[in-house]
Amino acid sequence: MLGNHAIVEGAIAAGCRFYAGYPITPANEISEWMAQRMPEVGGRFIQMEDELGSIYSVCGASLAGKKSMTATASAGYNYMQEGIEYAVAAEIPLVIVDVMRQRGENFPTHSDVMQARYGAAGDHEMIVLTPSSVQELFDLTVQAFNLAERFRNPVIVLSEATISLMREGIRIPPPEELKIITRKKPVAPPEEFMPFRAEEDLVPRMSEFGDQYRVLYTHNPHDEWGRIAWTPKMYEDLYNRVTRKIADKADEIALFDAQFTEDAEIVVMAYGSEARGSIEAVRMARDEGIKAGILKLMNIWPVPVKAMKESTRRAKKVLVPEMNTGRYCHVVSEFVGCDVDVVPLPKNQGRIHSPEEILEEIRRAK
Amino acid sequence: MEHPSLKYIRGKKLPHMFCPGCGCGQIMNALLFAIDELKLDTSKMVAIGGVGCSSRIPAYLDMYAIHGIHGRNLAYATGVKLAKPELKVVVLTGDGDCGAIGGNHLIHAARRNLDVTVIMANNGVYAMTGGQVAPTTATGLYTTTTPRGNVERPFDICKLVETAGGTYIARWTTAQPAALIRSVKKGLAHRGFSFIEVVCQCPTIYGRYSLGLLDPVKNMEYLQQNSVTKEEALKRSAEELVGKIVIGEFVEKQLPALEDLYLEMEKAVSGGVK
Repeated sequence: MLGNHAIVEGAIAAGCRFYAGYPITPANEISEWMAQRMPEVGGRFIQMEDELGSIYSVCGASLAGKKSMTATASAGYNYMQEGIEYAVAAEIPLVIVDVMRQRGENFPTHSDVMQARYGAAGDHEMIVLTPSSVQELFDLTVQAFNLAERFRNPVIVLSEATISLMREGIRIPPPEELKIITRKKPVAPPEEFMPFRAEEDLVPRMSEFGDQYRVLYTHNPHDEWGRIAWTPKMYEDLYNRVTRKIADKADEIALFDAQFTEDAEIVVMAYGSEARGSIEAVRMARDEGIKAGILKLMNIWPVPVKAMKESTRRAKKVLVPEMNTGRYCHVVSEFVGCDVDVVPLPKNQGRIHSPEEILEEIRRAK
Repeated sequence: MEHPSLKYIRGKKLPHMFCPGCGCGQIMNALLFAIDELKLDTSKMVAIGGVGCSSRIPAYLDMYAIHGIHGRNLAYATGVKLAKPELKVVVLTGDGDCGAIGGNHLIHAARRNLDVTVIMANNGVYAMTGGQVAPTTATGLYTTTTPRGNVERPFDICKLVETAGGTYIARWTTAQPAALIRSVKKGLAHRGFSFIEVVCQCPTIYGRYSLGLLDPVKNMEYLQQNSVTKEEALKRSAEELVGKIVIGEFVEKQLPALEDLYLEMEKAVSGGVK
């Protein structure tokens, strides 16, 4: 199956019933397949006039109770930042797929790893998933919806031209095998329902347009009733909660695969397509007797700190291969850099590292 | 006795934030009179605004509401209406919000004949931000960003919506309240894209600095005296209409709305499976 089609099937399996998009390469197959599939499952598809149209119609549809998604590529993802800011502030669950490309058509890159986290204005946390195969595009799109619904926050599936345009065999699990999460509905009667009063998990229950709750959604500071109000304490409490509901759960959200890390002296930390060659390289290094391990990150934000620390417990060096000028390596440095040397391995040629190239770096790091 | 519109105000809480003499209160009242006369179920309504003075109206209404991002009201509305076509959506916006930053969404929502009612307050200026030139500011007038007079031509947004495909289009000023309420009622009852422009006074900014009229009553008189019916306008030359406000109903026709066409297609594909 084509990577971009696996995203669509994952979304439908997760319950997505609204999709809006605007043409952009290399994400077009997502819109095209959604246009085909949405009416078949009683969902709605629309091609909007621009990416702003996409992100805000997705906000509107999600507020009306539909699990909703849009997809774009880097240049279009730029436009969506103001909508992400709104969705964070109004706590709207939605999923955005960004098939990263580099300033032009189809040039594979990891250029958006920082924008995915910090692009929107205002205090916010982001959940960003980084698939490395077509199977993971399916699986992580399901996860993205579950996380968006659970935390009432936008979730980004950070795909790449390389993965999205690749065909691989995948297994689509039957519905009973999939764990699907849907937003918590209000239980209080309308006169008592405080739409922004959070429960223990810091996430408020969510009504939908057309039911009886008449909620006002705004990105302005608002109290627990949803009323616009500007008091310093309320402002701080609101944004502390909106960020903490995710930041506090970073290790629980963490999606990763650690292999050979128990005794590893050299650990490769890789995400997305770079994880593919890295696993191979680590196996080759082990064959040579080098104590190498790999931590494959399937989410890069919030930072899976515990996984990073545990997988580098015996490490002397951490190698971070990336398809950019070296971005996420700084994040790795921030969290494990005191205990271990972090070696950036940038390769910004639109190609991933070959296993041999990474093996060579592992040998050098020994 | 309670004001008849108060029951539609969120938490029955007043005052609102509009300046004394502002037209936004009149526009809100016209909407609430229309809702009351049509006996609409407000629990099935969604009010959507962007940013600007008039875009604050949704925040006061006792119904589901989006106080959104500048210019994006019709994009939100597209998602809401496709997700739940049974909802009635009213967009409250301004000349900057939907004539400038949100212009693209306006054009395409009209083209699609999305079933929403847009009420656009046109006060000729960016008032909330302190009086910058708007796409609707008359040529020659002073604003804070046209200190030597506006060199641009003003935008006729009703004509834009007509060309784009809107199916009910009218313009009034706040000095014709009865006609305005009638048009809002028609717009709300209309299946398809209805667009009602309300030219309104802004005594605090536009009246005071651009027109030299601080007194709200003088501002209202200005609107009244410069209103020309569309029938009367036909008899005048373009030069004679400079600075005039052409009022009336410009378009009224029935065409299938986007949601209806989509649902028809969806039914044919899925046999109505959800």
